[in-house]
Amino acid sequence: MRRWSTFAILLFAAAGPVAAGAAGPAAPAEARRAELIHMVRQDCGSCHGLSMKGGLGPPLVPAALADKDAAQLQFVVLHGRRGTAMPPWRRFLSDAEAAWVVELLRKGLPE
Amino acid sequence: MKRAPAWRLAAVLAAVLAAVLVGCAQPELRGTGDLGLVVERAAGRVKLIETSGRTALATIAGLGDLSHASIVYSRDGRYGYVFGRDGGLSRVDLLLARLDRRVVQAGNAIGGAISQDGRLIAVANYEPGGVRIFDAATLEPLADIPAAFGDGTRRAKVVGIADAPGQRFVFSLFEAGEIWVADLSDPRRPQVTRHRDIGKQPYDGLITPDGRHYIAGLFGEDGLALLDLWNPQAGVRRILGGYGRGEEPLPVYKMPHLRGWAIAGGHAVLPAIGRKEVLVVETAGWSEAARIPVHGQPVFVIAQPGGRRAWVNFAFPDNDTVQVIDLPSRSVVKTLKPGRAVLHMEFTARGEQVWVSSRDDDSVIVYDPASFAEIARIRADKPSGIFLSSRAFATGF
Ligand code: HEC
Repeated sequence: MRRWSTFAILLFAAAGPVAAGAAGPAAPAEARRAELIHMVRQDCGSCHGLSMKGGLGPPLVPAALADKDAAQLQFVVLHGRRGTAMPPWRRFLSDAEAAWVVELLRKGLPE
Repeated sequence: MKRAPAWRLAAVLAAVLAAVLVGCAQPELRGTGDLGLVVERAAGRVKLIETSGRTALATIAGLGDLSHASIVYSRDGRYGYVFGRDGGLSRVDLLLARLDRRVVQAGNAIGGAISQDGRLIAVANYEPGGVRIFDAATLEPLADIPAAFGDGTRRAKVVGIADAPGQRFVFSLFEAGEIWVADLSDPRRPQVTRHRDIGKQPYDGLITPDGRHYIAGLFGEDGLALLDLWNPQAGVRRILGGYGRGEEPLPVYKMPHLRGWAIAGGHAVLPAIGRKEVLVVETAGWSEAARIPVHGQPVFVIAQPGGRRAWVNFAFPDNDTVQVIDLPSRSVVKTLKPGRAVLHMEFTARGEQVWVSSRDDDSVIVYDPASFAEIARIRADKPSGIFLSSRAFATGF
């Protein structure tokens, strides 16, 4: 199956995992953090559920992610997953932000 | 001055109370034809609105997780059945503006439908994958249809459930690539007809307003699957196969919705998936007639009653925009910016108003579709779906 996944892989191969916002490994600034939380709840939530308990996409609650490799999850967030409905988010998230989002999900989204 | 004895005070109080109660028992009478519900998705509430004065009348809380919530109406237009993400099925009384009853019937649900005779509610579930049937009056469970596929141990997520004439419900199985037709003539003994290999990953479905054709959109490949309910033995047919013509689709950040599509002059308009296009299909032979380039990837393509125009909203990150398509000329005639994160649009039955929800501006905006003038703006907490009670009388809603 092709869809966007090939597109994502091509982009990935061509551009490499360059951080869009070049925020570095540090946590995003306060204002951006609020934006990211909003984005995760609302825009990721349209497939994973507002409370991350799952929908078309699997649950992303702490218990579901505890045993999974953070780097791999971060890769899925940035590049999507081939053959599935999970789209790549690298246009909207830097590497550091994706890492921060994965940590956020593993801890549980704040209310 | 002597103090009034306690019993006299009590008698006065009782009289006042009785007067109040009598007052309550004879409220101003009203119909429900101009009422509707707006989902406040994050807060687990719905707002009761009316379209005559265009105001909010009440807020009804306690409905659970309402991400991707949808609503159908009882055949008398009094109750709205709210399908929540958390498997909650809630019956809301529009006249008393309160939650009438509620059951949590599954772990994770996606939507539902009401039977032709109004006596059954069907809920489509992701977890456990399948459809459950309830008595519309009591919400008592009547039947369970597990969406088992393959060797029978796996269960698929159910999407695109629609009511069809003859006490039937039609729905699609995402992982299985199947369309099922369940006949509920005997509500406790569903008769299910399975259509297999209908295409990869059906993500939503719709039924045409005449109740004849069921169409499932496919995520896993180009095209749609069509079932003619007048000739079900002919099986499911692929239509618009390869509408992408080998072009690489864009990443999809929000799944399009097929309900609410437009039909006019023998043509239907649908959102293309993974493309910034609206597809025009001729409904006699179900072949592609045209594609209209639009601002972003369409989510809803909603027909204006009468079918002259269609209003389109878009997926993230283009979701601050709504475009209006003129169907005879197949061109975009208006681009509006109602607010941030526009999630849904709903016309009144005669098409003189269209209600638009802007999640991130916490507003519902009412437009005059003829002049595109904003005629009202109502505050709502992260509004998503807008459901007017006129849906009670339409097949597929
Ligand atoms: C259009 C639907 C959709 C959207 C929007 C979406 N996802 Fe997904 N996501 C999926 C699907 C479907 C899967 C499962 C893929 C599979 O079958 O392996 C998935 C998988 C994942 C996984 C891997 C989970 C695991 O257990 O392996 C992570 C992490 C994830 N998504 C994070 C996100 C984040 C973060 C966002 C928002 C920035 C997001 N998703 C938005 C559909 C979506």
